[in-house]
Amino acid sequence: MTGGIDTLRLTAEEAKRLLDAKEISGAELFAAYRAAIDERDDELHAYLHVCDDPGGDGIPLAVKDVIGTKGIPTTAGSKILESYVPVYDATVIANAKRHGLRVLGKTNTDEFAMGSSTENSAFGPSRNPWDPSRVPGGSGGGSAAAVSGGLAPWALGSDTGGSIKQPAALCGHVGLRPTYGTVSRFGVVAFASSLDQVGPVAKTVRDCAYLYSIVSGRDENDSTTVDVPAVEVPQAEDLKGLRVGVPKEMNDVAGIEPGVRDAVRKAVDLAESLGASVEECSLPLSVDYGVACYYLVAPAEASSNLARYDGVRFGLREDGADFREMVMRTRDAGFGDEPKRRIMIGTYALSSGYYEAYYGTAQKVRTVIKREHETLFQRFDVLVSPTSPTVAFPIGAKIHDPVAMYMNDVLTIPSCMAGLPGLSIPCGLSEGLPVGLQLIGPQFGENTLFRAGHALERALGFDVVPERLR
Amino acid sequence: MSGGADLRGAGAGKWQPVIGLEIHVQLKTETKMFCRCRNGFGGAPNTQTCPVCLGFPGALPVPNRRAIEETIKLGLALGCEIAERAVFHRKNYFYPDLPKAYQISQYDEPLCAHGRLAVPTPDGEQAIGITRAHLEEDAAKNVHVAASGRIHGATATLVDFNRGGTPLVEIVTEPDIHDAETAKRFLQLLRQTVVELGLSDAELEKGSMRFDVNVSVRPEGSDELRTRTELKNMNSFNFAAKGIEREIARQIRVYEEGGTVEQETLHFDPAHEESPPMRSKEEAQDYRYFPEPDLVPVHPPAELVERLRSEIGELPGERIRRIASTLSFYDADVLVTGGLDRLWSAVVDAGADAKEAANVLANQFVATGVDPAAVDPAQLARLVAARSEIPRAAFDEALAKTGEAGFSADPYIAQKVVADASELDPVIDRVIEANPGQAEQYRGGKQGLLGFFVGQVMKETGGKADPRVVNERVRAKLGS
Repeated sequence: MTGGIDTLRLTAEEAKRLLDAKEISGAELFAAYRAAIDERDDELHAYLHVCDDPGGDGIPLAVKDVIGTKGIPTTAGSKILESYVPVYDATVIANAKRHGLRVLGKTNTDEFAMGSSTENSAFGPSRNPWDPSRVPGGSGGGSAAAVSGGLAPWALGSDTGGSIKQPAALCGHVGLRPTYGTVSRFGVVAFASSLDQVGPVAKTVRDCAYLYSIVSGRDENDSTTVDVPAVEVPQAEDLKGLRVGVPKEMNDVAGIEPGVRDAVRKAVDLAESLGASVEECSLPLSVDYGVACYYLVAPAEASSNLARYDGVRFGLREDGADFREMVMRTRDAGFGDEPKRRIMIGTYALSSGYYEAYYGTAQKVRTVIKREHETLFQRFDVLVSPTSPTVAFPIGAKIHDPVAMYMNDVLTIPSCMAGLPGLSIPCGLSEGLPVGLQLIGPQFGENTLFRAGHALERALGFDVVPERLR
Repeated sequence: MSGGADLRGAGAGKWQPVIGLEIHVQLKTETKMFCRCRNGFGGAPNTQTCPVCLGFPGALPVPNRRAIEETIKLGLALGCEIAERAVFHRKNYFYPDLPKAYQISQYDEPLCAHGRLAVPTPDGEQAIGITRAHLEEDAAKNVHVAASGRIHGATATLVDFNRGGTPLVEIVTEPDIHDAETAKRFLQLLRQTVVELGLSDAELEKGSMRFDVNVSVRPEGSDELRTRTELKNMNSFNFAAKGIEREIARQIRVYEEGGTVEQETLHFDPAHEESPPMRSKEEAQDYRYFPEPDLVPVHPPAELVERLRSEIGELPGERIRRIASTLSFYDADVLVTGGLDRLWSAVVDAGADAKEAANVLANQFVATGVDPAAVDPAQLARLVAARSEIPRAAFDEALAKTGEAGFSADPYIAQKVVADASELDPVIDRVIEANPGQAEQYRGGKQGLLGFFVGQVMKETGGKADPRVVNERVRAKLGS
């Protein structure tokens, strides 16, 4: 508790009410989060940079450090951008500022959002507020730890293959990966352009919906954005008429921990008791090929997107005898192991003679994954599964086994490949750690996800404050 | 071709040159290809830049609609099919002038493909296949800092990003060209087409039009394609024609001596046309093309394509053919590719003789640098009609002023040339008297001195004497 403001429990919605009613001032609110950061961030390491109060009465916002903020360092968790300060705001930041939101700080991330634990951050890992010996998930572990640890009312994350949903699951709060094309990527450090989406991280589904309504919409600076249906902040507490599909490959496969499976099963039963119809279904190809396909498409695009870090115009520069040597030394010194690994995989996948076999085939499989999902959405409104097959794992447990780390995302990746929205809400505990329920919707189905997520959230009554901090 | 004939070996008849062209034209749109920076460099270095054209993290391209329309228009003028779906690709490579380390270009789904341009020649016309015309962004400009200005010996490289992101159309021909002269005609015709469509200044000196030439030779009658060499960095059409001739001759010589032609690039130095080109092995570049995920495919609507088609007037090639039925092919070619044929038509309509007008425009007028569009055809027609009666100096002066507002031919036509021998004879006598030594030498056989005497007389008469009459009279007097 800081000056009467309990940052661990305060939702953005409640903060807005308090501000509007002038029960607290904008300065008090911002100061409360700064105090919480001072108190707990040495342990959690959620932030890479903390901002001074820019003034105003808006709600503070934590921002993942891949999202460009004018005048505020934006490192993408990488040494190569350690000194980089953007000269322009990402569209999502401009939108947030237009709504009065104030940037509280920049949150930790796996380098260039590549990872599932923040252990790939060049600046050290963030820690899970439920158990600091464990990872908060990744790549958006910093935003997750900040929201869960009471260091921010809400945050912006970015999701390429699960970087919003998986940390939300591991830290016990709500995260939305929106439909591809609904939120501008302009100003967001690119990892894999055809997959990257910015989305909200919050304590409640309603906060998520509110933040999504602020940042989403067509942007003339991002040709891949589209007009977005009006966002409906959810009210209803029942699920009457909702058709829920339970893909068996995503709910009953080896690797899903029993405690995770049980918590999700209970949430599905609860949905049925709230009036939803529940039926088993199947996504065989998406689950079988999703991860393999993702690890061709994403590194291929990354190998091209990360080529601009050449030491010529910004960021790190290591001297060399000529251009080639300068670039090689800069990139060798500036990139960590994971970006290097993905640049190599991606370069190989795009190489002449291999393009068709790898990138070309992956794109075809991606179309198959899209169709498989589309077919299911003729019968269902949402699909459900665990968000992550496991609860938060200990720091260091998977860092030396890239493939084991990649398998963390086996359940989040397929819908990302299909460009579909996914919401993760906490649905219980397993071994004292949060379990995330993933709700996948059809294209532009955010409102359905909000409705389903909100009703379940109310019925589940999950306490988002980590037990040890209560 | 001058210089060509003597370079070809005796065996030239047994060999057929195969030439393909790759041309880049910068579009003069208001803004750059993928951002809103002003297009058209010339400002202080790095002043026309933004996060997008500097490749800053998070910046995204937004295609310039105008540039897409102009590319389609050019494609239509080149007889191309316009794609119903065109895709931008990334072409990946590291270079300091390429800020994203990839160029947004087009690969296997270009905007325009399968065209042909009929190039009028003295013997009819030759159709040159257009493989494709696509849209991409230009690179920035590297400035190598060294006394020589060349890469070798440079101590540093600076980059001016003002040019980076300029819309650039790439036109690739089929290897349908078999002699340097046709290559040159094609380039001239293409340049005039681009200029008339208002798409580009297409100035070679400024680099707003650039081209590479692929050259190989094969035995006459064969349809094989042998190893080609690429000629780069030539900044005039004549220079290109000369370079192609030389390369053809070299390749023939290599084959006839039992050698093999290596795949390589010949970099010419525009500042030193006579020096031999620098040769470099073509590195096997793997550009790792893939569809640009930051952009969606372009679907040009059929109505748009038809509107653009309707905006294209009679094209230069068609006009050369039409005018060549009145004048000689060469006159027609010079008038049209020089951008003078519309003025020529107007001057003829105003009463000037067609041939006379063509001569004046193609020779004297073009040397004045006057903008043909600024000229009042009626006044120019009067000058052309009175040409033989106006002193040469006065005529040239008049031409140089035809572009001025309110120009009248009257004062120049009033300056009649002096053609009356009785008026000229006393002057000629004075000149001969004043130069006895030269007169003696002339009579002794040094005929070249005729020009000296004519020149002196012209000077004495203030340029008003009719040179033909002076010639005649000087010769008669000295011969006597």
